[in-house]
Amino acid sequence: MSDQTAAPAQPQRRSFLSTLEVDTRLLGMIGAFVIVCLVFNVLTDGRFLTPRNIFNLSIQTVSVAIMATGMVFVIVTRHIDLSVGALLATCTAVMAMTQTQILPQMMGLEIGHPLIPWITVLVGLLTGALIGGFQGYLIGYQMIPAFIVTLGGLLIWRNVAWHMTDGQTIGPLNETFLLFGGINGTLGVFWSWIVGLAAAAAAAVGLLMARRTKISHGFPVKPMWAEVAVIGAVIAAILGFVAVLNSYTVPDRVVARDLARWGCETAENCNAAYGIPYSVLLLIVVAVVMTVIAQRTRLGRYIFATGGNPDAAELSGINTKMLTVKIFAMVGVLCALGGIVASARLGYHTNDIGTLDELRVIAAAVIGGTALSGGVGTIYGAIIGALIMQSLQSGMAMVGVDAPYQNIVVGFVLVLAVWIDIQYRKFSGAK
Amino acid sequence: MATPLVELKDISIAFGGVKAVDHVSLDLYPGEVVGLLGHNGAGKSTLIKCLSGAYRKDAGEILINGKHAEINNPRDARAHNIETIYQTLALADNLDASANLFLGRELTTAFGTVDDGRMEAETRKIMGRLNPNFQKFHAPVSALSGGQRQSVAIARAVYFNAKILIMDEPTAALGPQETQMVAELIQELKREGLGIFLIDHDVHQVKELCDRAAVMKNGQLVGVVKVDEVSTDDLLAMIIAGKKPEHLAA
Repeated sequence: MSDQTAAPAQPQRRSFLSTLEVDTRLLGMIGAFVIVCLVFNVLTDGRFLTPRNIFNLSIQTVSVAIMATGMVFVIVTRHIDLSVGALLATCTAVMAMTQTQILPQMMGLEIGHPLIPWITVLVGLLTGALIGGFQGYLIGYQMIPAFIVTLGGLLIWRNVAWHMTDGQTIGPLNETFLLFGGINGTLGVFWSWIVGLAAAAAAAVGLLMARRTKISHGFPVKPMWAEVAVIGAVIAAILGFVAVLNSYTVPDRVVARDLARWGCETAENCNAAYGIPYSVLLLIVVAVVMTVIAQRTRLGRYIFATGGNPDAAELSGINTKMLTVKIFAMVGVLCALGGIVASARLGYHTNDIGTLDELRVIAAAVIGGTALSGGVGTIYGAIIGALIMQSLQSGMAMVGVDAPYQNIVVGFVLVLAVWIDIQYRKFSGAK
Repeated sequence: MATPLVELKDISIAFGGVKAVDHVSLDLYPGEVVGLLGHNGAGKSTLIKCLSGAYRKDAGEILINGKHAEINNPRDARAHNIETIYQTLALADNLDASANLFLGRELTTAFGTVDDGRMEAETRKIMGRLNPNFQKFHAPVSALSGGQRQSVAIARAVYFNAKILIMDEPTAALGPQETQMVAELIQELKREGLGIFLIDHDVHQVKELCDRAAVMKNGQLVGVVKVDEVSTDDLLAMIIAGKKPEHLAA
């Protein structure tokens, strides 16, 4: 047939990158991120790439990045969700009310009871899932366009939160709950290394297992040196990130406030460091789970198939209506998780929490290579997209760029990123 | 004669005020190819979509192996071993050949995750039988030629042991060589005892590939004839004039 000339004879000389079989799009995005970081580092006289700023950058990104992983599935199936910021606000309002008022006053659990934070989290996740699932039902079964349902949702849930709290700031939040905020809850040096080493080992084992599976089916594999190089790069990246977070030392005055937490007798010469924040750990877990869903489960396969050709998916017996409900329920849960991190970082539920997050989340997914035409998108892309957005914003703030110019630049970058992605796809021959 | 594999009894379906299919009855026996002929809009595709579950009939009954069958969606049809190869090539363009072949029926590992390795191996096996030149196992199907895409669609039906195969203009997008390949495949499937509904525009092809031909016009069945007993002109007359040839109109 017609492919006789093109396919079988692989050219002997393959380029370095194609031998490594790494995703060139991923490399491109990491490259863009590195350039953004280096430019800001120069402009801020080296203040941008300090452990302290990298730590802050990572905890600032978590909330939006968590939601962006869900937005990938939404956009891949050719929908959109404009309600994530408002849904986050409703979830944090519910959680704030639950832990400060409902549980202590109505259920009789005294403030500080160890069950309070976990019941709160459960209630929050349930709220997100129910609201998201309901919106998905309206979109999937009642055929109302997602744009309309979630635009309505944006108005409704933002103001449901307002109504519930009478517009007041609700706090202080539970001590344990606050651990998810970032700087209040970190693993410390020892456990950060343990987690880092475990992650590195898991990555290496995973890559080698994939290679073994390929060999067992008799598929071609890349040369061993290429495999080792990729594994080495992954391990270096993981341990490098841990090393940076572990070199952000806790200031003496902070140690002095809580000597027991940092395991020191005195504040001086303590040399305690923060390590990996729980919130970043949460993001990593979310990213791994969402990537597994996307690549290794039927659910993910159906999400991408539906995005590529909704009719084909339907004709293949996929229940695309129920699929829509599941996707939006997932986004709802992720909004609740993002809400936990966002409100714990602030220490309060505020009336304007999550405002404009829908736009940041959509921008992160789109900068990360998710195509609005459906069928294409990656979880890691969305997270790097969120990182790039956050780096631009905090970088420009550090340089002292005026607020209007900050947003102009971010808007410009959004359009530019999509244009580059389109050019890349044309060049690489992908659709 | 044996029980028909499929009996469509008095099927009707209307869209708005238009009767797309108007009280049509048709049957299909094992090892038989029945061609469906007619102009665009004659109702052939609509009739067959009632069997494949893409449309829900307004009235009438479907019997599979002599038993009443309720087919309300494509999943029901698959449960009755009915596989459809659509004119529009119902493939997800962004996925590769094996993901498309197993779409909706993925092989899974012990952990419940999709087993891409095993699926690719199975795909390589069946494609090696149907289209030995096929090599692009990792490219999205959007990068394949019309014939390659069609062979993926046919492989899907064959792999899952279809008993009843519906082909909606399977060769419309193909070159002569690829058309020949599909024709040979149909003969092979027929020998294996499948019943095939073949929707086509080309009367020559129907005469060549089919045992019987059903002609439709304006949603109604003009007649069902054995292709050996009619000429292509007779078939054309049935399509255009909507009348059975005189020597058969007893």
